[in-house]
Amino acid sequence: MASLQTLSLAHLPPDLAVHIALYTDLQNAPFLRDQLLQGNPDFEYALIDASVIISTTHVLAAVFRAANDYLNGRLKSRNVHSEIVFSLGANNNIAQSLRTFGIGPTSTTLLAIKLATTPAITPSTVSAHLASSVKGTAVAFSDATLATTADVGKIRKVYKLGGVGGGGGDPKGKRRRKDGSEEGSGGGGGGGGGVGTAGLDGEGERRELEVAILGLMALRGAV
Amino acid sequence: MELTNPAPPQPTPLPPPFTHASPPPTLLTQGAEALLYRTHFLSPSHPCALKHRPAKPYRHPILDKRLTKHRILSEARTLVKCRREGVSVPGVLALDAEGSGNGSGGWMMMEWVEGRTVREVVVEKGKSGEGLEGLMGKIGRAVGRMHEVGVVHGDLTTSNMMLRPWSASVQNGTRVMNGDGDGEEARTVGEILEGEIVLIDFGLAVQSLQDEDKAVDLYVLERAFGSTHPEAEEGFQEVLRVYGESYKGAKVVLKRLEDVRMRGRKRSMLG
Ligand SMILES: Nc1ncnc2c1ncn2[C@@H]1O[C@H](COP(=O)(O)OP(=O)(O)OP(=O)(O)O)[C@@H](O)[C@H]1O
Ligand SMILES: [Mg+2]
Repeated sequence: MASLQTLSLAHLPPDLAVHIALYTDLQNAPFLRDQLLQGNPDFEYALIDASVIISTTHVLAAVFRAANDYLNGRLKSRNVHSEIVFSLGANNNIAQSLRTFGIGPTSTTLLAIKLATTPAITPSTVSAHLASSVKGTAVAFSDATLATTADVGKIRKVYKLGGVGGGGGDPKGKRRRKDGSEEGSGGGGGGGGGVGTAGLDGEGERRELEVAILGLMALRGAV
Repeated sequence: MELTNPAPPQPTPLPPPFTHASPPPTLLTQGAEALLYRTHFLSPSHPCALKHRPAKPYRHPILDKRLTKHRILSEARTLVKCRREGVSVPGVLALDAEGSGNGSGGWMMMEWVEGRTVREVVVEKGKSGEGLEGLMGKIGRAVGRMHEVGVVHGDLTTSNMMLRPWSASVQNGTRVMNGDGDGEEARTVGEILEGEIVLIDFGLAVQSLQDEDKAVDLYVLERAFGSTHPEAEEGFQEVLRVYGESYKGAKVVLKRLEDVRMRGRKRSMLG
């Protein structure tokens, strides 16, 4: 219960609150998934496997997009909650995005999101319902926790971002590092470690990955 | 009649969902095609740039929607490609190429780039044009990196490149400011020129590996320098020198640039 967080996203109407809960050690993924497959109206959530989420910004960008499309009356999927999962994808294939980012029968972490599309949806109704339906350990929805639940290798694969941010051993990554050194003729480099893509630490790598993912989500495969 | 004294043009309204942002987005520039605002992404602590391409009332609405959508997606696609391949550009955060209908146009949000345009920096640097070699070299290298990955900018001017100070950049566009960023201690001449070049405004960019296209890109930049910064014109040699060293194939493009210049001269002689 304690873990449900309610926030409002900038630019969206404040009454369209976003309720979010993160769980580890999930015990009943098959049950939760079945509720979605059966279309049980009590389970109108975005239920996301947290292993494919790199940061709070990553998932909230998908919420932002889905909410904006919802407000403009142009959802592509069944409802705003499936649209959040669809919006995590880098292409227009709804079924594929739901499969990749949605909860699966073997998921062990869960990010549950509910948008307050009616006044009846309040923090207490949502947390009570989640407490009675999800068997798992509630943890804080934060970048620090997501850093422990994220499977960065899998995320790179899902978004086809092998070389971005220096990891992954893509030859392009190597070339970038070589070129990243500063032309020394000007002001002596200005003491800027970690600029460009040279010498990225883990945090810089994560951020670079995040920004690449946001770009791919925004494009949704548009060519 | 009142017609001789028309009402001042109405400011272009922000597109949804930005109409009730708090604090409201600040308008920075209004170009022929786009309005550029500073605002924030998902929370007020995450600054970003918002590029709004409003509908053009004089175009047929269906054609206009298609053109706007194309422009937004094309710019975003190029930014994403550049960023993935390590060219220093603002990352794309979100976009809505269709807008909310009723003539609102479309928009794109991208990372906020601290610092100033190269144009502003060169102007501030003043008449002397001295001490600009380092900056020129950085420009040549940045343009070279972009060409190397197969992107031609299409509108290379000193307003479409920014100099992001080291202190403000550190991890690629993330704000790690020293102090609150405004009106700190006076900058010395050297400090004005320090930082990393970030290329912006890819609305006219195309993907191309053609020497001719790249050479025209350089020619446009050379002309832009000549007209807006005559004092820095000599320094432009340094842009080309570093460009020539920046990737395999750059020398061939420089050779091609000579042809492009020649054609440009002939054209202007013909009037
Ligand atoms: N990501 C950004 N961060 C900070 N400032 C920016 C950013 N993008 C643009 N700017 C500022 O806004 C100005 C205008 O942006 P931009 O060049 O993209 O639009 P434009 O010139 O109006 O577009 P167009 O040339 O397609 O009409 C830039 O010269 C720069 O000063
Ligand atoms: Mg511009």
